[in-house]
Amino acid sequence: MRRIVILGGGTAGTMVANKLRATEPASALQITVVDRDDEHHYQPGYLFMPFGTYTRKHIVQPRRKYLRPGINLVLAEIERVDADAKVVHLAGDRTLEYDTLIVATGVQPRPDQTPGAEGEGVHHFYDLEAAERLTEGLRMFPGGRLVVHITEMPIKCPVAPLEFTFLADAWFRERGTRHKVEIVYVTPLDGAFTKPVASRELGDMFDKRDIKMETDFAVESVDTENQELVSYDDRRIPYDLLVSIPLNMGPDYIARSGLGDEMNLVPCDQGTMQSLAHPDIFVLGDGGTLQTSKAGSVAHFAVDIFMENWPHYLAGEPLTHQFDGHANCFIETGHGKGMLLDFNYKTQPYTGSFPLPGVGPMALLKENKANHLAKLAFRGVYWEFLLKGRPLPFTADMYLMGKNIEDEASGTSTPNLLKGLVGLRPSH
Amino acid sequence: MPTCRIDGRPIDVNDEGFLTVYDQWDDSLATVLAGYAGIEELTDEHWKVLRFLRDDYPARKETATLRRVTAVGGFDMKELFRLFPGKPAKKMSYIAGLPKPKGCV
Repeated sequence: MRRIVILGGGTAGTMVANKLRATEPASALQITVVDRDDEHHYQPGYLFMPFGTYTRKHIVQPRRKYLRPGINLVLAEIERVDADAKVVHLAGDRTLEYDTLIVATGVQPRPDQTPGAEGEGVHHFYDLEAAERLTEGLRMFPGGRLVVHITEMPIKCPVAPLEFTFLADAWFRERGTRHKVEIVYVTPLDGAFTKPVASRELGDMFDKRDIKMETDFAVESVDTENQELVSYDDRRIPYDLLVSIPLNMGPDYIARSGLGDEMNLVPCDQGTMQSLAHPDIFVLGDGGTLQTSKAGSVAHFAVDIFMENWPHYLAGEPLTHQFDGHANCFIETGHGKGMLLDFNYKTQPYTGSFPLPGVGPMALLKENKANHLAKLAFRGVYWEFLLKGRPLPFTADMYLMGKNIEDEASGTSTPNLLKGLVGLRPSH
Repeated sequence: MPTCRIDGRPIDVNDEGFLTVYDQWDDSLATVLAGYAGIEELTDEHWKVLRFLRDDYPARKETATLRRVTAVGGFDMKELFRLFPGKPAKKMSYIAGLPKPKGCV
């Protein structure tokens, strides 16, 4: 009997475990999922907690409840993986031997990697406890300068800091206190988003909402005493309330196992998610080096590709099904509206409609109510369809229908570099 | 993909001006690209960083991020900002004839 060990019982780990269990009889495949606890978090929900939309009870469910019968769940800390011996070492001298290993432990926020970022009054919403602390921080905020900051890319759900900024703007407006608040968005990128057309559209939305943006900011430390963000080129940004999204890294057992790069991400094939170093290790979810968003939609599409390749992998054949990097992200923009991004490795997000060309009801890169309702409805879809491996009306391959394709170079946030660089001046 | 004449020879670049062919780069071209990027003279310190980027690229097919340059190359982050002021990640990769580091999707 073949043994597969899945490290991590989150979005990707749960989905792939359930799909494998539905495909393979228990006599042919033993499936073991390892996680440190029995709490499955609906991570997209963290964003809504500071604004009172969700509380802990909307976010947390037992992992076991969403794993099909016939899947072993082992609750333990992972010490390391011995990829040559094909053994996982767990805390307490326990070991698990495997024939195939799936790394699905994702990435976690690491404020410890930036001096001062663990200090008092530095907030984020990338885990449950931090989101709860920010709920209180926002409630007690008397007004002043709110700084929303991204330490470094890649982060999971790369649009979440933008959404937080839009939601905060709307939240203050609804309370009639927006005039007392200055909002500044600080990013290591050269615009609001990584892709030109989206960056342009989102940058316009910042202007309309009177949100200021500081770009190309490489943070060195947070000076909590003077309440300032400090960059490597000595720029200082004062704050009264700081929401600083920490560096996202893979877990330390990846480093101890010698499986990862400097961010503890496991180098993997862009099309098959197979480890480049070890053919019996696959990386699903956020923990690999796919050049697309670290997002649940990507995990979902990548798991579908993995399942298509699975019989070929078992037969020792080439893995012919190739992931195209498809990501599908809702962006909350406040006041009951939202927008939608749909893109892959080759095609950046464009404006248009989804899933039906010209009809929608969801709009790409434009705000409307349907997008927002779809996002809220997704929490139910997540628990009842996605995790359980039931079919969804989205496909792994992205379609160009319904998209208003622009020249790849469009979007003015990234000017021609030859011109742009010459015009640059060193700060100070 | 456009081709332009740099240092008296045809060089393939992308829309943002980054070189697209690894082997079209050499030391002489780097000094010209550095000039375009506003760096008048490439010192030994500059060259050490550029050599690290060039050596790191072929196996990974991906330009090292600032974090990788400091973590793996052992360079000091503040020093990188001093050597390549303003936008060090972009300037370094541009002068080294490599794609803009991704890390941002």
